[in-house]
Amino acid sequence: MAIIKTDNLVYEFTRRDENNEVVETVRAVDDVSLEIAPGEFIAVLGRNGSGKSTIARQLNALLLPTSGTVWVDGMNTQDGEHLWDIRQTAGMVFQNPDNQIISSVVEEDVGFGPENMGVPTEEIWKRVDRSLEAVGMTAYRRSSPEHLSGGQKQRVAIAGVMAMKPKCIILDEPTAMLDPSGRKEVIQTVRELNQSEGITVILITHYMEETVNADRIYVVDQGVVRMKGTPREVFSQADRLKELKLTVPQVTELACEMKKAGVDLPGGILTVEELAGALCR
Amino acid sequence: MLRDVTLGQYYPVESPLHRLDPRMKLSATMLYIVSLFIANNPACYLLATAALLLAIRISRVPVRHFLKGLRPIFMLLLISMLFNLFLTGGEPVLVHWAIFTITWPGVRQAIYMAVRLILLIMGSALMTYTTTPTSLTDGMEKGLRFLKAFHVPVHEIAMMMSIALRFIPILADEADKIQKAQMARGANFEEGSIVQRAKAMVPLLVPLFISAFRRATDLATAMEARCYHGGAGRTKMHPLHYQSGDRIAYLLLFAYLAFVILLRVIL
Ligand SMILES: Nc1ncnc2c1ncn2[C@@H]1O[C@H](COP(=O)(O)OP(=O)(O)OP(=O)(O)O)[C@@H](O)[C@H]1O
Ligand SMILES: [Mg+2]
Repeated sequence: MAIIKTDNLVYEFTRRDENNEVVETVRAVDDVSLEIAPGEFIAVLGRNGSGKSTIARQLNALLLPTSGTVWVDGMNTQDGEHLWDIRQTAGMVFQNPDNQIISSVVEEDVGFGPENMGVPTEEIWKRVDRSLEAVGMTAYRRSSPEHLSGGQKQRVAIAGVMAMKPKCIILDEPTAMLDPSGRKEVIQTVRELNQSEGITVILITHYMEETVNADRIYVVDQGVVRMKGTPREVFSQADRLKELKLTVPQVTELACEMKKAGVDLPGGILTVEELAGALCR
Repeated sequence: MLRDVTLGQYYPVESPLHRLDPRMKLSATMLYIVSLFIANNPACYLLATAALLLAIRISRVPVRHFLKGLRPIFMLLLISMLFNLFLTGGEPVLVHWAIFTITWPGVRQAIYMAVRLILLIMGSALMTYTTTPTSLTDGMEKGLRFLKAFHVPVHEIAMMMSIALRFIPILADEADKIQKAQMARGANFEEGSIVQRAKAMVPLLVPLFISAFRRATDLATAMEARCYHGGAGRTKMHPLHYQSGDRIAYLLLFAYLAFVILLRVIL
């Protein structure tokens, strides 16, 4: 059974004036149907304002559909009684690391979710230990988040979600505010969690390089899913991506240009090694 | 300069004081402040200073850190000293010049006021240096639980306080950045009349407020995503139980208080 499934999801923001009359509506998500199996690593790509965050917020009931349905592990998000189960099942990591860390001590922040869920004290500590271990931040457990790098702060935020024992983690541009090394650190952590713990990952990003290892990619634009498929399938259509104002990874772009110039290459090359291999053949 | 606020920030070292129950530390701070107002002679103030220095010693927080925390209130201190110095009447008069009169009670009052203020700030700082905001929140929440009967939202107030403490350094950092950005564009915060300088603060405060609101929205969403729904049904990582250390601390606290009262009465 799918861990996350959306059926013809539509979401409209409405702006109202002082008299509560609707001034305008923005259709941020338009007829999106996703189906994500447990353990998958999914990437969602799209330019600014394409509706990625709005989709993400539907997946753990921070926003409710205007029409259509969202199922999280079999629970309908519109079903108020499952609200906290849904948020626990589908944890969420946000873009700005500073604005999602609640406590001034790392381990206390990691325990915040389980505390809210009413987990017994001893169990909270076990979960905190395990989650910090899983993201490799055990050494910093007594530190203040102030003294951590951006990448480390995001790993703490991920640990905070892990401590809630989710089946699925949604990361909304977790690397957008980080430097390249912090970005690598966070993506590496997420991949490890996906592979060793079997957590379903939905990674929202506009950095192509971060998506090459995903199982599947959804490309959204103006709230509509424009492309979907494996990274290879998606990136082999470099022209389509450019139409959607997205840039393909540099190697892929180079391979495409070479192919156009008459070099015999397979489509959708994703890594430098692959290109080198194909050229030396 | 805006960046190094130390006031109210947790100082992470291991010490017996760090391990005390936050309720104990809250009541100790409260009673210590009361004792500063009971005190009315040099012996009392000596005792209060000695007690605080001892506590600081035990806390293993460097004294330097406390002095840094005092810097922002230096102006306040100076002004209140001057007021006391010039405006307290009485005999004997030490200096009389034009409209200014300095009397012996004035000098004494000014010194007491300064000592009181410094000890008060340092005493409360000691509490925040040795207690994490979360633990402070827990302490307040449990210690003031009885107020719930009067419909005081104890949990919410405590949570707000803890979040405010968490965001002080972030916002201070941001204010610093905005100030530098404005200075790079020619804003002048250092010169001019008070009115001019106050006006120069406006372009600093507006972006700061906007950003604070944005952060607040983000934080609220993040808290909701992590299942926060108020105090009901919440468990604690650090459930509060008094230990033997707390009992000893209470004993010392009451002994200290008794001594201060004694010194006031007999001297
Ligand atoms: N609170 C809101 N009120 C009105 N319109 C909104 C609101 N939030 C988002 N929108 C609009 O919805 C659309 C989708 O926004 P969304 O934030 O989901 O995009 P995004 O893909 O996450 O963009 P980004 O890359 O900037 O994070 C945009 O056109 C945006 O202007
Ligand atoms: Mg977004």
